[in-house]
Amino acid sequence: MSNIKDRAQLISEVAKRMNKNVYDDARTIKTISHKSELPKEVSKVVTLEEAIRGTGLKDGMTISFHHHFRGGDKVVNMVVAKLAEMGFKNLHLAASSLQDVHAPLIEHIKNGVITEISTSGMRGELATEVSHGLMDKPVVFRSHGGRGSAIATGDLHIDVAFLGASSCDPAGNSCGYSRSENAKSICGSLGYALPDAQYADKVVILTDDLVAYPNTPNSISERNVDYVVVVDSVGDSSKIASGAIRDTKNPRDILLAKQAAKVIINSGYFKDGFSIQTGSGGASLAAVKYIRESMIQQGIKASFALGGITAHMVKLHEEGLIERLIDVQSFDKVAAESIKTDPMHKEVTANEYASADEPGSATHFLDIVILSALEVDTNFNVNVLVGSDGIIRGAIGGHPDTAADSALSIIVCPLLRGRIPCVVDNVTTLITPGSTVDVVVTEYGIAVNPRRPELAERLKAAGLNIVDIHALKDRAKSIIGEAAELPFGDKVVGVVMNRDGSVMDVIKNIVD
Amino acid sequence: MFVPGNNPAMMQDAFIYGPDSIMLDLEDSVTMAEKDAARLLVYNALKTIDYGNTEMVVRVNPLNTPYGKKDVEAVVKAGVHVIRMPKTETADEIRELEAEIEKVETELGCVGRTQIMAAIESTLGVINAYAIATASKRMMGIALGAEDYCANLKAQRTPDGMELLMARQTIVVAARAAGIDALDTVYSNLNDMETFRKEVELIKTLGFDGKSIINPRQIEVVNEVFAPTEKAIEKAMGIIAAIKEAEKRGSGVISYKGKMVDRPVVLRAQRTIELAIASGILTKEELS
Repeated sequence: MSNIKDRAQLISEVAKRMNKNVYDDARTIKTISHKSELPKEVSKVVTLEEAIRGTGLKDGMTISFHHHFRGGDKVVNMVVAKLAEMGFKNLHLAASSLQDVHAPLIEHIKNGVITEISTSGMRGELATEVSHGLMDKPVVFRSHGGRGSAIATGDLHIDVAFLGASSCDPAGNSCGYSRSENAKSICGSLGYALPDAQYADKVVILTDDLVAYPNTPNSISERNVDYVVVVDSVGDSSKIASGAIRDTKNPRDILLAKQAAKVIINSGYFKDGFSIQTGSGGASLAAVKYIRESMIQQGIKASFALGGITAHMVKLHEEGLIERLIDVQSFDKVAAESIKTDPMHKEVTANEYASADEPGSATHFLDIVILSALEVDTNFNVNVLVGSDGIIRGAIGGHPDTAADSALSIIVCPLLRGRIPCVVDNVTTLITPGSTVDVVVTEYGIAVNPRRPELAERLKAAGLNIVDIHALKDRAKSIIGEAAELPFGDKVVGVVMNRDGSVMDVIKNIVD
Repeated sequence: MFVPGNNPAMMQDAFIYGPDSIMLDLEDSVTMAEKDAARLLVYNALKTIDYGNTEMVVRVNPLNTPYGKKDVEAVVKAGVHVIRMPKTETADEIRELEAEIEKVETELGCVGRTQIMAAIESTLGVINAYAIATASKRMMGIALGAEDYCANLKAQRTPDGMELLMARQTIVVAARAAGIDALDTVYSNLNDMETFRKEVELIKTLGFDGKSIINPRQIEVVNEVFAPTEKAIEKAMGIIAAIKEAEKRGSGVISYKGKMVDRPVVLRAQRTIELAIASGILTKEELS
């Protein structure tokens, strides 16, 4: 029997053959401090400035953000202000979406800190300025699934991701909720931040709730995190998510919701095991209420609900009417709480949600989706991004992804919003191609895409008011009259990418 | 359904909710300063908006105000189906309105086109209900206006409506005697659908033909309460079929399931069908 000393020669030879070193016990360090002290010793926690320097960020690089804190987000403005202070220039800001709260970016664009933007949407002052030609390079708009694909394929390469988290431990394990008593800014799913965490070269987590290791289960693993920055607040919680179920009292929304529910129930797709996604608008939420009644009456259960998950969906899930929830974005506090505690309520990445490249993405398994629209045209093309005044005022979101992959896509929109017609000859900007849109529900009747005659027959047989989409457009015109042409200039201020990476439309600058 | 005559957005899409009748209001919901603008707006709405088969009513200002006669002229010219006279107390007021309508209709060459509905909103009006209901051939209905009536009665409104019982019954009896419709007052607490439903059930029991409403959300409740049961519709359809069958045979005797059907049964069957259509359960196509 040999001992390790006898085998030393042999170990050395094998190590040499394997091109490895020989183990040296003298170099082993064993820490003996209590493990609660450990985070201080190996912590990734630094200041924002140290994190930025540590990532090696340089002028011209791409930085990214998520929009799970919605209108309450403080991360984008905080980080970009610091980058401006540190003298960075020509940065490409790639956010999953931007909101009213991001108006301070205007100054950073004027000062050359930000020279390029990629996003799903834009609103408020920033959007108005961009629409008028604020930037030299056009803003690139992608759907949520399209952004996930672009990041995965390298089409959109992210150098440094700055990701807000509702809780994070010193090693970087983070999520959109918190189990600590200090929880301040809760958003639920971090689905739109996950591609960034996975593919960005460097990842910085910003949190206002640093919790003890291990923050498990988590959304973002420490493996993907380089730095953790603790800040006072990542978001204004009152603007991140509403607290409870909101039931619309708007009679028009209720009317639209009832019609949409009737379409679903009589579509042929309403059977045991179906799957569904709805938006967060009043009519969409109310439709869920009416579908629920029919599910109970007919003894039908859904296999899953997808997308932005709302309190309504959580309720149906808890009642046993929906088996699973697949959540890329939690729309309210009820949904955010549910994802924390319920294993059947699953968080997914933007890619798992809606990527066109991944045949396993959830939208491919989706039967029915209810969507909204700013405008629909007589070819069933939909615009959800640019207002009828030529100003960017919305977000692509998962609209084209879900319309394309679902078996039945239903657009719910009023025929008239005040003096603005929503069914028009041509949409101002093409976001979701008419070839992927099946039904348009308005308060003046329901139009079915001529590509779906069998669907029109089923809905007619159920006694629904099926009308030609041209009749809807004419009806709007008869009430409102002919709209003047929009005064567009010659500058391209925005590019709309299809989810497959092709260029679908451009947005021109609007002239006052 | 009451719609303020100074709210273009509401006027534009009121009919999409499927009320049987839309009443554009020029009276209480319009301030003095807006009376002329509202009149012009209502005139143009009636002329340009396609309200489909909805019955169009306009509540004009009383004729003894500076606006009443101008309102009548404008809405008759615009082709309104029914003019609602507010605060009617005597048959003479109806005859005065009739004369105003006739003046405008003569000018237009369409005498007899416009019908009248009278709102009874005072104790004197209730006492005169039958005289009002029969004051003109144009009368199509009388309606209760409970707020003013209660003030005049010196009584408080209560949830069960005991204070309105006599007025309600008087109006139904007067309307039936005159062969016109009886319509009940509005219920204005939109957040209490339960009490609203009880009130609709009560007025249906009393014999009213319908209820005035102030919000589209109330339509569903009224339709549900007034909707006849499936069994009643089936029976009514059978009786109507039996009538047609008898007409075909040239026989005056109608029999349904082996029993002779007499006149009150026929009338009730017809009313059941009318209610089924009004509640959206039956369509006219299904009937034929």
